[in-house]
Amino acid sequence: MMTIKFMLNGTEQTIKTDPSRRLLDVLRKDFNLKGSKEGCGEGECGACAILLDGHITNSCCLPLASVHKRSIMTIEGYAKTARFDVLSNSFAEAGAVQCGICTPGMILAAESLLNQNPAPTDAQIRIGISGNLCRCTGYNMIVKAIQSAAKRGEGLW
Amino acid sequence: MVKHLIPNTLNEALEALSKHPYQIIGGGTDAMIQYRNHSDLSPRFKAHVMYIMNLKALQGISSNDAAIIIQSMTPLETLNSHALVPPLLRKVILEMASPALRYVATLAGNIVNASPAGDALVPLYLWDTEVVLQSHQNSRKIRLSECITGPKKTGIRADELLTQIIIPKHDESGHYYQKVGGRRADAIAKISFAGTYKINNNTLTDIRMAFGAVSATIVRQRDIENMIIGLNINDLSTKIEQLQAAYAPYIQPIDDQRSNRVYRKQVALNLIADFINHIIKEASRP
Repeated sequence: MMTIKFMLNGTEQTIKTDPSRRLLDVLRKDFNLKGSKEGCGEGECGACAILLDGHITNSCCLPLASVHKRSIMTIEGYAKTARFDVLSNSFAEAGAVQCGICTPGMILAAESLLNQNPAPTDAQIRIGISGNLCRCTGYNMIVKAIQSAAKRGEGLW
Repeated sequence: MVKHLIPNTLNEALEALSKHPYQIIGGGTDAMIQYRNHSDLSPRFKAHVMYIMNLKALQGISSNDAAIIIQSMTPLETLNSHALVPPLLRKVILEMASPALRYVATLAGNIVNASPAGDALVPLYLWDTEVVLQSHQNSRKIRLSECITGPKKTGIRADELLTQIIIPKHDESGHYYQKVGGRRADAIAKISFAGTYKINNNTLTDIRMAFGAVSATIVRQRDIENMIIGLNINDLSTKIEQLQAAYAPYIQPIDDQRSNRVYRKQVALNLIADFINHIIKEASRP
């Protein structure tokens, strides 16, 4: 047992637990944040993606100890931002949300990408979402959605 | 009872290691999966665990006249966009994993895991990269190719931390890299190959080749490279078969879930020919 302190969706949290636990389990179980999913559980599908200090990473391979004194944002926190609204509308319009299981990870991958590169090319978008699997859309709709969010949200990123 | 430690300083980490062995967790992208348990259960770590991903002293990239020095916990994503990092290494990193994993994964992780298929190891072998292994009282610098002793085996002692990766500066006319995998992102290589070359007045003054996932460790043979150093570019195409024959005994791949022996060997030999043809083509550009 150890005391781990970190920012979660803008609020400082202190939790006493086994620090080797996966961040994914802590988010889902201890904080009841179910937006991060367990897909493959080994870093290949991106369903568990979160933002660590603003950059996408996989919460299934990250021990809680590694986020000590750092800042996490999950899809639940991100959903309260203006940037999310732009991405959400663009995803909906482009048909980029179908079964929905990849969507929280895709949205956070898009945020992480746009944060570094507000006007990405198609090829850069495909690299940005390369760690996120989607079995419904064939990806083209997601690429289109991110392209349209970049235009529509100009100035936000 | 497994003990956990999140050291605040490098000294605290080294002091703890001088007393007990620890399982070291950097980015954790391999270890957390290797020791994975059922969902919502802690990983099955067998030893005490030390988490060093956020140690400030192990972050950063610098250079001197002779080399580029990479602190061991610098994430791949940082290397990817850093001007000091050789373009070939950046190309290799771009084909490793995904942005999410590259944000926490490190070169040091690739080294200590010592997988025969470690992508970053292939270019690092080309440059005769060295690693610094630090313990509480001492520090030693050894060749990466001596640090890795076999599949999943290194010569790093239990009281040591890999703190720096030192890449000697290297002059090249060009480089070549091929990774053969099942998917562009997040794939473990079936085989990988990297090469660099230097041409002066139509003469090949240096050539280096390294192969991943074809043997117990990365294959690099300076004696075979020397066979063609000094040749005129126009004579290179006649040496391809001889080179393939020379490398053949060292290319000893295995059958596994990703690929098989026969395919890997054939592709490795084909890549030698492709690399030489690439050099000839590049050299003939006006």
